[in-house]
Amino acid sequence: MGMTLAEKILARSAGLESVKPGDIIEPKVDLAMSHENAALVINQFMEVYKGTGLEPKVWDPNKIAIIFDHRVPAESAKTATNQKKIREFLKEQGITKFHEIRGDEGGICHQILPENGYVRPGTVVVGTDSHTTSHGALGAFAFGIGATEMAAVWALGKVLNVEVPGTIKVVVTGEFSPSVQAKDLILHLIGKISAQGANFKALEFHGPTIKNLSTSGRLTLSNMAVEAGATAGMVPSDEETIRYLRETAYVTDDIELMVPDSDAVYEQVVEINVDDLSPQIACPNMVDNVKPIEQVKGTKVHQIVIGSCTNGRLDDLAAAAEIIRGKKVSRETRMLIFPASGRIYREALELGYIADFMAAGAVVMNPGCGCCLGIHQGALGTGEVALSTTNRNFKGRMGNADAEVYLCSPSVAAASALTGVITDPRNGGN
Amino acid sequence: MSKVIYKVGDDISTDVIYPGRFMATVLPSETPMFAFADDKDFNKKLRTENIEPGSIIIGGENFGCGSSREQAASTLKGYDVIVIAKGIARIFMQNAINLGLRTIIAPAIEASEGDEIEIDENKVHNRTTGKSFDYEPISPARASIVEAGGLISYARQKLMEKN
Ligand code: SF4
Repeated sequence: MGMTLAEKILARSAGLESVKPGDIIEPKVDLAMSHENAALVINQFMEVYKGTGLEPKVWDPNKIAIIFDHRVPAESAKTATNQKKIREFLKEQGITKFHEIRGDEGGICHQILPENGYVRPGTVVVGTDSHTTSHGALGAFAFGIGATEMAAVWALGKVLNVEVPGTIKVVVTGEFSPSVQAKDLILHLIGKISAQGANFKALEFHGPTIKNLSTSGRLTLSNMAVEAGATAGMVPSDEETIRYLRETAYVTDDIELMVPDSDAVYEQVVEINVDDLSPQIACPNMVDNVKPIEQVKGTKVHQIVIGSCTNGRLDDLAAAAEIIRGKKVSRETRMLIFPASGRIYREALELGYIADFMAAGAVVMNPGCGCCLGIHQGALGTGEVALSTTNRNFKGRMGNADAEVYLCSPSVAAASALTGVITDPRNGGN
Repeated sequence: MSKVIYKVGDDISTDVIYPGRFMATVLPSETPMFAFADDKDFNKKLRTENIEPGSIIIGGENFGCGSSREQAASTLKGYDVIVIAKGIARIFMQNAINLGLRTIIAPAIEASEGDEIEIDENKVHNRTTGKSFDYEPISPARASIVEAGGLISYARQKLMEKN
């Protein structure tokens, strides 16, 4: 019997001929990623070694990546002290895939991993962050785990007791209308299958629309797979994967592609045609409360946010700059932009996007998670409404439980910045 | 017999259970004070009333959806509550198992605040209403972690086997 992509990768990583949904395995880890929550991982890692008489040593310092992104530059003495402890630990352990708070190498973990060529097709990636699903865009089996689970990975190099998930196949056909993007597709899918529609399952994206989608767009899809509850959200690797790894991530060594078997067994098939898809908006306070823009346009917004691991890449900024250039952000709203990495920020500078944004009245912040999770920078006032290209609109997400967040694509965010109300970017915002 | 001390609706996210702005606090000994921090009344109840270990929080569908922050499990573990929900999101559930926070998926559960609940090997019994509900058995993969007393000790066993 054929295997899905998830099953194939997991079988290989566990050293097995084949696996099926429900099997319990211990896959070897190719890359283990953490951000500031490495502070807790370190604590739990030390706990694992307690009383063993063994010296705490990570299984392979070259397979661990640490990226400071959630609270950069530190918003509090507590965070700064955590960051300091992490730096000391990394030095002691010889961990070198470390991305500091720097303009040259820093950024959001889910952008840093792909753009540095750390993620390869067919590998197992774990991260102490739920959006680790992002890396499925490059054909990896990538999933989020907690800090204690990561401590066990650091000690043993494998994930203990993983249950092989069943796979839902998502087949996408059709062509996007202008100003309709991967973000609209994934919001539509989540609205269709619900926020728990893929809980404990893997999503596998197929169809001509996915074939034609850039890796950046695929990252948006896989990033938000977890918002449907999915363990992983994967795109079978292809020529586009190779192109991205060679041209953007500057990978020079061999790249092995892995695709699902043609007779793989799927638990469910979901078909979507994007020909007539409108821009989609996830309304408060749930990611699956998705409506076509026609139903919510005109809603007043006090803060527009473009950025995050979902939509803070160069093509996202390009789409927004295209709409904003030479115009003004409405005085009825404010616009914050967080490029996903230092590299993207510099490229956007060279291409003039940053100047376009600032001349229009937007504030361009340092790369990082920014206001996505409501810790620092850009909190909302009581009763305020945000429109954001990020991936979550749960109650309290942007730092205030009495504020609301709508989620959208970069084009919708940019068009709405000009008017101060949710605005359809098609036909020049009219 | 345990009392239901709190009942929430569907899709209660980890942002609600443990808001992001407290994420710099990581130690399981320190996280409990921020449990459901934006729900001032319940947070205060947890902090100031003596919560009986084994007290019950009733959740709807998709309890614990969202972020992988382990604080969302450790903050509740600090009060030794049991979460009974219609559905539980994967990462939260795994974190709970790893830290020894008891979670039960009972898809048809009906209970209100103040109800008395009893849990046996097969069913959740609401003694106040007289109704009983099936719950999903814990998978063998997760049961072995629970039996070891949590993931730290399970991983420690594995580490000793290896060395
Ligand atoms: S940008 Fe937001 S969703 Fe992405 S890793 Fe940072 S906090 Fe998480």
